[in-house]
Amino acid sequence: MSSRGAALTNLFELANPKRFLDVSAILLPWIGAIAAVAIAAGLVLALFVVPPDYQQGDTVRIMFVHVPAAWIGMVAYGAMALASLLGLVNRHPLADVAAKSAAPLGAVFTALALVTGSLWGRPMWGTYWVWDARLTSFLLLLFLYLGYMALWSAIEDEVRAARAAAILALVGAVDVVIIKYSVDWWSTLHQGESIFRAGGPLISPIFLWPLFLMAIGYTALFAFLWLIRIRTEILERRVRAVLGREAR
Amino acid sequence: MLLHFLAMGGYAAFVWPAYAASFVGIGAIAWTTVRDYARAKRRLKQIDAEVRR
Repeated sequence: MSSRGAALTNLFELANPKRFLDVSAILLPWIGAIAAVAIAAGLVLALFVVPPDYQQGDTVRIMFVHVPAAWIGMVAYGAMALASLLGLVNRHPLADVAAKSAAPLGAVFTALALVTGSLWGRPMWGTYWVWDARLTSFLLLLFLYLGYMALWSAIEDEVRAARAAAILALVGAVDVVIIKYSVDWWSTLHQGESIFRAGGPLISPIFLWPLFLMAIGYTALFAFLWLIRIRTEILERRVRAVLGREAR
Repeated sequence: MLLHFLAMGGYAAFVWPAYAASFVGIGAIAWTTVRDYARAKRRLKQIDAEVRR
């Protein structure tokens, strides 16, 4: 079997709800511990060790909560779109559960990125908000999350709801690409790419390390909460299945 | 020393609300996630017990 075939087989084995519950129960404490340690260390560095920036002053400290939140807003959408694709193509119910469970988390992190970005923008740009390409496409991401969740709530039949929501998630994935390249495609007020760029990051290591720690912490936190939400959804579906059987 | 730290170089009105919003937002989603999980576990256990009876 090719390595790609083996990887897919492993993925589908894990997609068995019973197997998923067993594996996630082992992973959860470790992921939770990584999140707690990385965020605690990142916060200590961000608030007590990092010096004020020569241009931004102490507002640079907002970046340590803004950038990781924005990163998770996009990662969560990527995860949701990928799970939606697997749900549509393979018709695996756990893929739909995974996509549905990622949405509220993504919405919260996206909203936090917008709020913390506004709080940074007021002293640095002189305004809380501007209809700039990066900001506008990020606001659209929040609306996509809200629309996705609304669609799940509006359609009673789970299979139909999953299909409709998956299509929205896949169409909306274009926005993640637009967010990523908006600062290159248009001349915007938002600064250009300064971390994930060809030629390496533009940020000094003294700012980069705390940012890196916070990004690891937020990613682990997202994974931790996502796994718990998937477990919750599996248990709720079991409850509904048992009640349905009893009613017959 | 403490006041100097809290003043955040004159940007306290922006820095602390950003951290507070992050703390409240993440705290709220973490709390509802854990609460819903505990509730679902309890409900399944209860229904399993009822079915066995």
